[in-house]
Amino acid sequence: MTDDVTRWTATRTATAIADREVSAVEVTRAHLDRIAAIDDRVHAFLHVDTAGALAQAARVDAGEFTGPLAGVPLALKDILTTKGVPTTAGSRILEGWRPPYDATVTQRLRAAGVVVLGKTNMDEFAMGSSTEHSAYGPTHNPWDLTRIPGGSGGGSAAAVAAYEAPLAIGTDTGGSIRQPSAVTGTVGVKPTYGGVSRYGLIAFSSSLDQAGPVARTVLDAALLHEAIAGHDPRDSTSIDAPVPPVVAAARAADVTGLRIGVVRELTGDGYEPGVRARFTEAVEVLVGLGAVVSEVSCPHFGHALAAYYLIAPSEASSNLARFDAVRYGLRVGDDGRRGLEEVMALTRDKGFGPEVKRRIILGTYALSSGYYDAYYGQAQKVRTLITRDFTAAFGQVDVLVSPASPGVAFPLGDKLADPLAMYRQDLATIPANLYGGPAMSVPAGLSEGLPVGLQVMAPVQRDDLLYRVGAAFEAARPFAPTPLTWEV
Amino acid sequence: MTQITRDEVAHLARLARLALDDGELDGLALELDVILQAVAAIAEVTDAADVPPTTHAVPVENVTRPDVVTASLPREDVLAAAPEAQEGRFRVPRILDVES
Repeated sequence: MTDDVTRWTATRTATAIADREVSAVEVTRAHLDRIAAIDDRVHAFLHVDTAGALAQAARVDAGEFTGPLAGVPLALKDILTTKGVPTTAGSRILEGWRPPYDATVTQRLRAAGVVVLGKTNMDEFAMGSSTEHSAYGPTHNPWDLTRIPGGSGGGSAAAVAAYEAPLAIGTDTGGSIRQPSAVTGTVGVKPTYGGVSRYGLIAFSSSLDQAGPVARTVLDAALLHEAIAGHDPRDSTSIDAPVPPVVAAARAADVTGLRIGVVRELTGDGYEPGVRARFTEAVEVLVGLGAVVSEVSCPHFGHALAAYYLIAPSEASSNLARFDAVRYGLRVGDDGRRGLEEVMALTRDKGFGPEVKRRIILGTYALSSGYYDAYYGQAQKVRTLITRDFTAAFGQVDVLVSPASPGVAFPLGDKLADPLAMYRQDLATIPANLYGGPAMSVPAGLSEGLPVGLQVMAPVQRDDLLYRVGAAFEAARPFAPTPLTWEV
Repeated sequence: MTQITRDEVAHLARLARLALDDGELDGLALELDVILQAVAAIAEVTDAADVPPTTHAVPVENVTRPDVVTASLPREDVLAAAPEAQEGRFRVPRILDVES
């Protein structure tokens, strides 16, 4: 091999394996070697499944799988279950748990011949915007190791940006795929809610959670999107309709005549000047490509953050009740004298970190009698208004655009003492989760030497439009590879 | 708007089965107050009054499956992941004659 396979796109890797230019085992070994060489500094992975990855690669080489991603290595967020392989969701309460089943996403990846290298670091139960709330220590941004890689899926985004894997899976409840992608210079997509099965996705906020692809190119993301999407009878919220033609859209890469709306409420105050500058340039690029750009107002987006921080903790407080020290995970203080409830309370105090406890208490409060209507009920009504804003906007334009994150990657530790400052990282990403429509972050250049993301949002089940815009933008504005200055 | 007290946090912690220590209760009372003041702005959205709530992003209704018996996960695989198992069952901490 004259070329370093870890720098290849997924598309090129799959072609090279299919053409027997390189074996899947060689590709897998190259990525495992790279992880062994650099992950003590990046800490993208919580668990590396060397044996499982090499076994799957050998099956690819034996001709068991064909298809556009056969033999391509992938980093899987540690919130999706993997049979017999540790799954922690970034929490002590699940330390050492080996699930007895695969998530539907995991199953589909295996069936596509994708090689799962291991499980990636994340904020505990996907609650955070920096990966600093992982019980196992933070992930470092490959662009600058002293900075956050975003969250909650910082491990997945960092693995892709550091060339530890060409592909990764993230999950996005309020921006946990898109904000990490924005700050690591990768492509990240939250599909339409219901587009990808949630079976085996450890639940945080069930009405918002959605798994999706992370990659270094828009086409790679589309191929991964297509591999994991589609109806699943084991998820009752799964959409029983054809998957939007995302790969064809990424190949078309054409925005001629497409109507693009700039969301007035997602610019200006609260966004760093460098981010605003890159965003303005991105819009000019789209105009140059033949898109018809106008400004659109979504008046209720200003309340999205508040609605989200009532709805998501409420659902989390209910979902996390399953960690009861009986069926899986940690059990603390069972000395034969203490009762079930006390053991449960001690286990949960020991097993959950500060951000998870904060949200459980907040959610319990918002759902308690006397406050339910004022908080949770009101938040659900505001969610309706935000959805109506989207519907009205999509009456005028085909897609909406905004910055994906209000700022570039901030220094590790910078916002840990201020939960609200951390929550504001999701300012631009939350509306799409509340509405349910698909949204993408695609690299849009640098500010202060750090990546900035352009967010594209589309109507429910029009995920293909994201890829049309993303691929056209990427072709016109190729993004810089991660410099990896610390590696020399 | 609302002031959340340490006692209220302690009550919520009992409801949520979290054995928080004194330091955690003090810290959370302060933090929740700040967070609640921020999210309480939601009350100012007056045009929400006559709007139906959204419970799910993409509504799907009455999803059923055929009532057919299928294999479940192997019992031993599931129990292997439990903190404690005994005689083919989850072993739970004491539930009777609990000292308090």
